[in-house]
Amino acid sequence: MSDKATLALLTGAPSSGDGPQWLATVRRTAVEHAERAGLPGVRTEAWKFTNLNALKALEPVAPRGTAEIARPASFGGLDAAELHLSNGTLTRADALPHGVEMVSLAGPDDAPGWVAETLGRIADTDQHPFTAINTGAFAGGVALRIARGATVERPILLLVDTQGVEGAAVATHPRVLVVVEDGAMADLVEVHTGSGAYVNNAVTELVIGKDARLGHYKLQAESGEAFHIAMTAALCADSSTYDNFALSTGGRLARNEIRATLDGRHIEYRINGGYLACGDQHMDTATFIDHAKPDCASHELYKGVLADRAHGVFQGKILVRPDAQKTDGYQMNRALLLSREAEINSKPELEIYADDVKCSHGATVGELEDDQLFYLMARGISKERARAMLVAAYVDEAIDHIQREPIRDAFRAAAADWMQRHIAGAPAEGGV
Amino acid sequence: MALLEIENLHAEIDGKPILKGIDLSIEAGQVHAIMGPNGSGKSTLSYVLAGRDGYEVTEGSIRLDGQDLLEMEADERAVAGVFLAMQYPVELPGVTGMTFLREAVNARRKAAGEDEIDAMGFLKMVRAKAKTLGVTDEMLKRAVNVGFSGGEKKRNEILQMAVLEPKFCVLDETDSGLDIDALKVVSEGVNALRSAGRSMLVITHYQRLLNHIEPDVIHVLAHGRIQKTGGKELALELEQNGYADYVEAAA
Ligand SMILES: Nc1ncnc2c1ncn2[C@@H]1O[C@H](COP(=O)(O)OP(=O)(O)OP(=O)(O)O)[C@@H](O)[C@H]1O
Ligand SMILES: [Mg+2]
Repeated sequence: MSDKATLALLTGAPSSGDGPQWLATVRRTAVEHAERAGLPGVRTEAWKFTNLNALKALEPVAPRGTAEIARPASFGGLDAAELHLSNGTLTRADALPHGVEMVSLAGPDDAPGWVAETLGRIADTDQHPFTAINTGAFAGGVALRIARGATVERPILLLVDTQGVEGAAVATHPRVLVVVEDGAMADLVEVHTGSGAYVNNAVTELVIGKDARLGHYKLQAESGEAFHIAMTAALCADSSTYDNFALSTGGRLARNEIRATLDGRHIEYRINGGYLACGDQHMDTATFIDHAKPDCASHELYKGVLADRAHGVFQGKILVRPDAQKTDGYQMNRALLLSREAEINSKPELEIYADDVKCSHGATVGELEDDQLFYLMARGISKERARAMLVAAYVDEAIDHIQREPIRDAFRAAAADWMQRHIAGAPAEGGV
Repeated sequence: MALLEIENLHAEIDGKPILKGIDLSIEAGQVHAIMGPNGSGKSTLSYVLAGRDGYEVTEGSIRLDGQDLLEMEADERAVAGVFLAMQYPVELPGVTGMTFLREAVNARRKAAGEDEIDAMGFLKMVRAKAKTLGVTDEMLKRAVNVGFSGGEKKRNEILQMAVLEPKFCVLDETDSGLDIDALKVVSEGVNALRSAGRSMLVITHYQRLLNHIEPDVIHVLAHGRIQKTGGKELALELEQNGYADYVEAAA
């Protein structure tokens, strides 16, 4: 059943006859999957709290040209090598640190073997229609390889920006692939911004080798009219560390899905994040942790702040396969509601088939505490400032988990910036 | 005119009258103590003075230096010089002691049209004051009151008072939870803050605190009213006889 919306999103997709054979095959399968599935409805379990009708009503058009991209002010102080994807096209690539190889994914006719072998193999298209659409339709993106044993100190900052056009919604499908070879270490920071109305349907695939470490941090600060639909899919090998953090503040409707397969022993997976929403924003976080092998640990803490009529969704699933003995899994979603009309749907889920595991999960919903507000005010701090301080402290608990300090500081600044604009001094019913 | 003037103060919580006509005036430089049985309204008075929401003043007035406190929000009162050392200090997860103090000081400076305080100078000043009160650097780095022992929380309240240098301080059972040595240290800290321009209202159940912080005047509060006012001898008398006289008198 191919619906109109799926077809519309696939418009302008490179025809599967273009490009190298391996890519044509990957694309053809993906398009088949996309057309068969159609866009998810609320009866699809994975999307039951997120209504896509507004997105389905769009008649998306291809983006026009490219634009200069500026970092958000909060990330201004971060020393990093920048890559720019404007409207899905690679428009700037700084000299990358030693040990990093980059390939543009715009018509990767002569893509090296490591790209051909991995692209489209980590993010599943069968069960995930938007990923299928991205795979069928991506017109550009970047693939990065961190060479075996390389320690890359300077973070790579990928700025993904989309510019809407007057009177229509633009759709882009940026694609990212990162292969961290055995023993290598690197940090990738993704920042998504834009202006006007558009659909940013992004897919990031990651392969993290044995004894490798990847820090992967994402700020979603799209325009208030944007739809942000993103899939991150990671495959981790023995003794690797994957430190993932995502902060979502933008978009009219945003869905951030992160799936990781811990396909080795002694993997440390850290998946933390926050979502800050106000006005009529809808923010959906979906995470899936596949404990496939023994002796791995996963730690997940999400903190959400919902003001005005914002709607948050958190669906977190941990799967512990029969073989995955000694799994240590922790998952927690905490949401702070700042208004009576704000809403959160939390669905934590454990599916355990091994008997010797330590797993816990939970979800909490709370409000700002009156006695804490009073305590701050009794010391002379204004009510607005007191609220902002308490909310910032709340989110900080998740931000604290970012392992790299300069990056942690940047995210803290991004959260502070949001507080400044939407909590402190802003009218109670402030928009996006 | 006295620094603090409370006249015929009536206040209620959820429609239940708690304070039933309090008259109290404290001259600049004076320390007054309030004693009284559990549930008599001592903490209620302290919250009404500090401007906590939920306490409705139905009659009467409170003036600090001639300014009408009842017209002000809690933060404005604090900026105007009111300080409440709480009976049960609140935990602030994620807000470090230093950040809390800096925000509080800067709020005052902002209200006075001054620039934010110099970070290095401030750190030094706070550390010096913390040291005299037995508040460690480690405590200042931790989230405010989180995981602090009862006594540590009380020291922390007095540290805030020392840093903020208010005009009028209410100390609500600051002695509870303090060990004998800490009581001495904290009392010395409070005494060091006694000055000609600053007044204090010390709420306590025990004569012992008043040996360290000697009050000029003692009041007995029972059933939401001041039942008796006297000198230091009143505390000794209460120590001997308890509150039986006042509880019965008003009942
Ligand atoms: N939020 C509230 N709702 C209803 N009643 C309250 C509330 N807070 C206090 N009270 C009541 O007000 C009365 C006075 O309480 P308050 O805390 O002021 O007493 P106190 O003199 O400080 O006592 P203690 O010596 O035990 O500290 C008590 O009867 C108490 O139960
Ligand atoms: Mg009390």
